[in-house]
Amino acid sequence: MTRYTGMAHVYGDHIDTDRIIPGKYTKTLDTGDLAAHVLEDLDPQFSMTVQVGDMLVAGINFGCGSSREQAPIALKAAGVSVVIARSFARIFYRNAINIGLPVIEAKDHMIQAGQRISVDLENGVIHNEATGETYTATRMPAVMVAILNEGGLVNYLVKHGDYPNL
Amino acid sequence: MQQTVAEKIISKHAGRAVHAGEIVIVRVDGVMATDATAPFALKAFREMGGTRLWDARRVSLVLDHAAPAPNERVANLHKMMRDFAAETGCHFYDVGAGICHQLMVENAHVKPGDLFLGADSHTPTYGAVNALAMGVGSTDLAATMLTGKTWLKVPESIKFILHGRLNPGVSAKDVILYCCKLTGIEGATYLSVEFTGQAVRDMTLASRMVLANMVAEMGAKCASVDPTGLTLPYDWQPTFPDNDAHYQHVYEIDVSLLRPQVAIPHSPDNVVPLDVVRGVKIDQAFIGSCTNARLEDLQAAAAVLKGKHIADGVRLMITPASNRVFQDALRDGTVAILMEAGAFFTTSGCGVCVGSHMGVPGDEEVVISSTNRNFQGRMGNPNAKIYLSSPAVVAASALRGYIADPLEVMA
Repeated sequence: MTRYTGMAHVYGDHIDTDRIIPGKYTKTLDTGDLAAHVLEDLDPQFSMTVQVGDMLVAGINFGCGSSREQAPIALKAAGVSVVIARSFARIFYRNAINIGLPVIEAKDHMIQAGQRISVDLENGVIHNEATGETYTATRMPAVMVAILNEGGLVNYLVKHGDYPNL
Repeated sequence: MQQTVAEKIISKHAGRAVHAGEIVIVRVDGVMATDATAPFALKAFREMGGTRLWDARRVSLVLDHAAPAPNERVANLHKMMRDFAAETGCHFYDVGAGICHQLMVENAHVKPGDLFLGADSHTPTYGAVNALAMGVGSTDLAATMLTGKTWLKVPESIKFILHGRLNPGVSAKDVILYCCKLTGIEGATYLSVEFTGQAVRDMTLASRMVLANMVAEMGAKCASVDPTGLTLPYDWQPTFPDNDAHYQHVYEIDVSLLRPQVAIPHSPDNVVPLDVVRGVKIDQAFIGSCTNARLEDLQAAAAVLKGKHIADGVRLMITPASNRVFQDALRDGTVAILMEAGAFFTTSGCGVCVGSHMGVPGDEEVVISSTNRNFQGRMGNPNAKIYLSSPAVVAASALRGYIADPLEVMA
């Protein structure tokens, strides 16, 4: 896995999937349409200001609520490179890995908006370039690492024909 | 080692005895996707090289989230699903048949002991029929459509023991709202939630579905309702937990002490006794969703509204859980009572609850709703306020024009 560097957009706890992408916009296969409305009810400026490679940073239970895969798809299509949170809701976490959007759980991060952050997914280390702090991430299960390394579950199954051996 | 219901059902599908914390590959008995999640699932299925389903009899597609189609874009997604079903021979429920979770139970696509995946977060509802059912996203669902398998982590479990009998005017919805308050919205993340106790054993299937449905609002992976007292129209074997199975936490609640509960904006765990918000003026009242739109829910509303009329300036909208529920409510006179009281009915589906189709509230409007989520923007307008309650409380509030207790209006 590679190393990512980007600027942090920081939000709070319990950001639900309705706030990541409202239900009224989810009935489409056009990922550009999803990106245009990402986080609309939380921060109407986000879709205008986000740059390719930026990171989304949140508190606990990020992505709670619905099973809509449109939530991680919208973030990825908007250019978000990595989502960092103190904890994730389970379906969002799994969906993100399945579509190849890196997500990383760091229970004690102190990241502020606008700070430059680098993430070493392989070793589970997050470095805050603005403060010099380093945060250790929760270990991802091997099955998820294998799927993420192939860029998602579609690519994994195309290449290997079955789930990873456990 | 002693096992919970989740450990037992997963063991059966993994082909060996498993316990919480293990990551395993399991075979899956059935899958379901809706018009909100199937389009991306079918796209992923094709990209995986999929042409044939692993077993067409175990795959169901349902048009319920924006149905009938509100515009040409959704109409074309519906058409894509219709064409896929015709090509592969899977089960297909077209516009108006009902809400996916109601249809899976009504038509026995999910049965006791099954391990089931649904591309919808309220899939744990099938814990009411003693199955283990989990919500997944579109790509996971596509992979199971292709392989008949998935990978999962065996969850730890928590247990609610519900003692006593429910008082008049109090229902399974009040119980589960109270449970959501106890755990908080992330309190059961990754966990299986078991329900047992006298109050559970006395419940109808419809009420058991209310309990299992809203474990999604605790972040849970799946639910399991004690099958004692459950009747189903076919032969089945119950799965019980072992006596010494391990639970991360056990909550004991005497439901006879419980009064009607209301979740206030903007989170389903933001729950207070109704008395705290009694008198809050409402604009729209809604009875619908996979949580509370079955015959007993419509009957509970009719019992409150019989021979009366809703308040001026309030709209009471009702979406039956399925076409079958609607027909049953027509036959027994429930629909007539509700319409004479000023209610109107919409096509069975999810659109109002999820804000994807019809019934959108205006800015600053207040909604009382029998649904499961009141996140900001949930019903389609971030400037509206949504309160969640039982169908009886929705009906009483529509009658008064403000949040009201069913007992006070029936007295």
